[in-house]
Amino acid sequence: MRATSLQGRWLGGGGLALVLAFLALLALGPLLPKWAVFLMTVSLAKGLVALGLLLLMRAGLVSFGQGLYYALGAYAGGVAAERYGVGDAAAMLGLGVLAAAAVAAVLGLLLARYRSIFFAMLSLAFSMILYGLLVKTSALGSTDGFNVAPRTVAGFALDVGGGRYRVMVLAAVAVLLCGLGMNALLRSHLGRLAPAIRDNELRVEYMGASVRSAVHLYLVAAAGLAGLGGALTALAVGHIDPEMAYWTTSGEFVFVTILSGTGSVAAPFLGALALELLRSFAYEHAPNTWQMVVGTAMLAVILFLPSGLWSVFARRRAG
Amino acid sequence: MAGILQTRGLTRTFGAVTAAADITLDLAEHSVVGLIGGNGAGKTTFINLVTGYLKPTAGSIRFEGREITSLSPRQVTRLGVCRSFQIPQLFDSLTAWENLLVGLGIVAHGKGPFRSALEGERPEQAADDLLARFRLGDWRDAAASVMPEGVRKLLDIAMAMVVRPRLLLLDEPTSGVSSEEKFALMDLVLPAIQAERTTVLFVEHDMEIVRRYTQRVLAFSDGRVIADGAPGAVLDDPGVRKYVVGLEDPRPGGAPC
Repeated sequence: MRATSLQGRWLGGGGLALVLAFLALLALGPLLPKWAVFLMTVSLAKGLVALGLLLLMRAGLVSFGQGLYYALGAYAGGVAAERYGVGDAAAMLGLGVLAAAAVAAVLGLLLARYRSIFFAMLSLAFSMILYGLLVKTSALGSTDGFNVAPRTVAGFALDVGGGRYRVMVLAAVAVLLCGLGMNALLRSHLGRLAPAIRDNELRVEYMGASVRSAVHLYLVAAAGLAGLGGALTALAVGHIDPEMAYWTTSGEFVFVTILSGTGSVAAPFLGALALELLRSFAYEHAPNTWQMVVGTAMLAVILFLPSGLWSVFARRRAG
Repeated sequence: MAGILQTRGLTRTFGAVTAAADITLDLAEHSVVGLIGGNGAGKTTFINLVTGYLKPTAGSIRFEGREITSLSPRQVTRLGVCRSFQIPQLFDSLTAWENLLVGLGIVAHGKGPFRSALEGERPEQAADDLLARFRLGDWRDAAASVMPEGVRKLLDIAMAMVVRPRLLLLDEPTSGVSSEEKFALMDLVLPAIQAERTTVLFVEHDMEIVRRYTQRVLAFSDGRVIADGAPGAVLDDPGVRKYVVGLEDPRPGGAPC
């Protein structure tokens, strides 16, 4: 009774869904056409960024600047690979996470003081500063960016025939670990504090906890996830450019999080996949008006599924 | 009895308004003290000063012999001073049980994340115990946002008791509660608090409540202590009757409005 009450209100079961989806992906992966493997890998990578936003949104914070960490993760991994000969994809991902988390640890000193629209605009401003720097830095390819081609993944060769499949497996492993880790975090003391902070910061302080420290930790965790997502995208696409830090990229992550809902750690990946599929098909069938199709879909979700796509599953289970 | 709280020359001004003027007082441990005064007398300001929400313009506050004047509400709470609010401050989207559980988690975590995991008391059980003690069992799984005001008041006080404070400051615990329910509320709340041997100071407008439940009364007017002593003596003090209770017509000549 207690466990269901906790899960129902604070979190839908998402861990089991993630494990099942992971096993299904491993089993079906070799049968998928190349375009689907690519689409799935990018969805998983972007879902990681949305997973970080889910944590922030549970605390009542909406960041319009996750592109900052997304781009940082990609550039840190890419520069390590192309300039310093770090050939292993797993090492690239690790560097991406570290770079993004380290920058968030510093920026968080300022960001953790702000809420609502001020927090959103300040995070957006920081991401646009990085965009401006990247566009002007010719050593990093300016607006063109540069290509990334790692040679191995955790010791296995990456550039043989099934290379793309292996990147997808790498992304799936990362998603499984991060998803289960986030599930554990949300059920821990620190995770339970998030909705309390959203509801009443004054009371949290009067219970003896530091709101600012908790928000700072959420920012670093969300940034680490965005960095990982960025580095994975770089591996999947094989190319990095400053658009990753542009505000429309950040907006897309917010879009995915609203599309998914914050009810489960599996939701962001469902939302990211839905957006990638929608965009791909819209782009193919209505190349000039695909944004209109995506926008209409968003409107429909907000009107008919205000708690996001995941609420369809949650509702079915409750009923 | 040893004094648990001492204030010395506590003063706080907001521009030209003096909300606390040279307040010097000692609170005895395990006592129940009433704080009375008209609107704007500085009662809530006093609570805000003691709990670190406001910083005094001058003067000092000591709790159990320790200087706490410059500490934040968070630090003061950790030392063992907590408060309730005139307007209940709850986590509105969470249930009563979850509200307490979040609080208990904060307290356990304050002892260190590893120690709290090793210690025996389960926070889930502790939350249920608190609900029972404050007779909130029926509201266990209701969201705080849908509770009636009296229930929110009770939960607000239960939240303050989560930290097991040694000094509890209640800001108008019976406001918004109907006059016939006030005594029942105090009969429930005070024993639950005193079972923890917590010292209580509460702000109150109902003089019958003050007379019945306190051992000592402080009367504030314009940020000053105008009377301090046993309830009978303070409530019969002419100054208190004039400025706080309002029994004597303060208008010169009694001219009609």
